[in-house]
Amino acid sequence: MSPWFKRDSEKLSSSGKRDMPDGVWIKCNSCKEALFHKELEENAQVCPKCGYHFPISSGEYVRILLDEDSYSEQDADLRSTDPLKFKDSMAYSDRIVKYTKKSGLNDAIRCFSGTIEDRAVELAAMDFSFMGGSVGSVVGEKFSRAVSRAVEVPCPLISVSTSGGMRMQEGLFSLMQMAKVSAALVRLANLPQPFISIITNPTTGGTTASFAMLGDVNIAEPDALIGFAGPRVIKQTIGQDLPEGFQKSKFLLEHGFLDMIVERMEMRDTLINLLGLL
Amino acid sequence: MKDFILEFEKPLRALEFKINELEKTPQDGNISLEKEIAKLRKKAEKMHRDIYSKLSRWQYVQLARHPNRPYTLDYIDLITKNFIELKGDRTFSDDEAIVAGLAHWGERSVAIIGHQKGRGTKDNIRRNFGMSHPEGYRKALRIMRLAEKFNLPVITLIDTPGAYPGLGAEERGQASAIAENLLAMANLKVPIIAVVIGEGGSGGALALAVADRVYMLQYAVYSVISPEGCASILYRDASHASKAADAMKITAPDLLKFGIIDEIIEEPLGGAHHDPGLVAARIAETVTGALDELSTMTYNERIEKRIEKYLEIGEWNEG
Ligand SMILES: [Zn+2]
Repeated sequence: MSPWFKRDSEKLSSSGKRDMPDGVWIKCNSCKEALFHKELEENAQVCPKCGYHFPISSGEYVRILLDEDSYSEQDADLRSTDPLKFKDSMAYSDRIVKYTKKSGLNDAIRCFSGTIEDRAVELAAMDFSFMGGSVGSVVGEKFSRAVSRAVEVPCPLISVSTSGGMRMQEGLFSLMQMAKVSAALVRLANLPQPFISIITNPTTGGTTASFAMLGDVNIAEPDALIGFAGPRVIKQTIGQDLPEGFQKSKFLLEHGFLDMIVERMEMRDTLINLLGLL
Repeated sequence: MKDFILEFEKPLRALEFKINELEKTPQDGNISLEKEIAKLRKKAEKMHRDIYSKLSRWQYVQLARHPNRPYTLDYIDLITKNFIELKGDRTFSDDEAIVAGLAHWGERSVAIIGHQKGRGTKDNIRRNFGMSHPEGYRKALRIMRLAEKFNLPVITLIDTPGAYPGLGAEERGQASAIAENLLAMANLKVPIIAVVIGEGGSGGALALAVADRVYMLQYAVYSVISPEGCASILYRDASHASKAADAMKITAPDLLKFGIIDEIIEEPLGGAHHDPGLVAARIAETVTGALDELSTMTYNERIEKRIEKYLEIGEWNEG
């Protein structure tokens, strides 16, 4: 995680709104250019100099995608339990408390019912700042409920993923969330309602190998790392360096796993166009 | 097959060796020697039971990975008749880390799909140690579609360290291949039964294991990440795998308690490789029973129940 993101995510209030003076300088992770906070804010946290997409929270993504004042958060009060009584250097139950305090979030996904150009949609957006966007029972359940609402309305479902994969602190319960979200998606897949998967940096492991790759339309932000195995594991396995651009958005587009790469500022307009056709 | 002794079985093997040696010495009606042998036999039996009644989770992992453990093709050979292997994903290649085909399972025609590990180095290179590339999962999906067309139940045998993490695998969409299988299996019209016969390694295992019933052999393990992988992330040291296995609770009894699997199929003392025929017969009986039950339902009922079952998996607090 970049120092910028750490520093910033600590200041996220529970509504996900940034609490930062406009005059603060931020160094771009990519081109190292010094940028005004306000300048970034107005550009959806994308570097105006080089196009680098800073990681953003679910709260920021919902503001970018959905109609202003159209949305309400759903199932915000779901919290992880500790079914395994898991403990490494810290008990999992304490870790959850720590991350909740640090991020102001209850888990790694937030779900919203709202509209895009007055058309009802369900949005499920992940937060990397909560335990690396790892998927456990809460993420699985909230995602599945978002699918159920989309089936019930019926309306399109949009997901925004950023995740390190399944949450090992919940053992096989977490692996089963891959099956759970896929099972939930069956019901939506049987309706003429689109599921649009937006994939952001980074998305790996079981998240990619379940809902992130199952969109009727798969869209990635530019230069996002998207894969099944993480680069470190692959490098260790094959004992050689990975080629330039490996597992980045462009690589996935070229290999046929994405429909398009869309810049964050264009994302809402792209959705409006797509939904207009579906 | 070459004998292979696990570390925790060594005292038992030493004792058995001693008994063998004593038996080879000329007896000549030597009553005290006969008594000694009988005593040692009793001791060995007790030792065997003791070892296996308090196996650590890491010892389960060692048994699940035992090189002499029966693999998918062994069970296919022991349980089914007229097996015909079907190969290839019709797109890129035939991945031999997964085998698939049609066979008679008792009276029924079924589709069988399973991970296949190799025996010995050469065979393991061919099978990629049971770690599939996307083509393996796509072959599996092709055979499931075939089963659906001919209304044949699908039986899957799970035994993989995981999906292969390599350049080609990523290039050709490992994540996409696994995801497509999860969705398709949740929505498959025919009954699906999965049996974890050895290692249930993460997404690579789940890609064949979304099913109406999920069974595990007694000494099989099933986990979200390998104990070594978990240890290297959480404890910065893969040698703490034993600790990670305990933390993740990955044995069949653990997972039965969590309600994630349906039933445990018992193995003989020492593991399935001590009596593959017996284990095969037990698998056959359990799976046949489940197929009898599942075949009384309509496909819609089966799919709805399958989806509901997965929707219920998870633990959380609300409010
Ligand atoms: Zn920049």
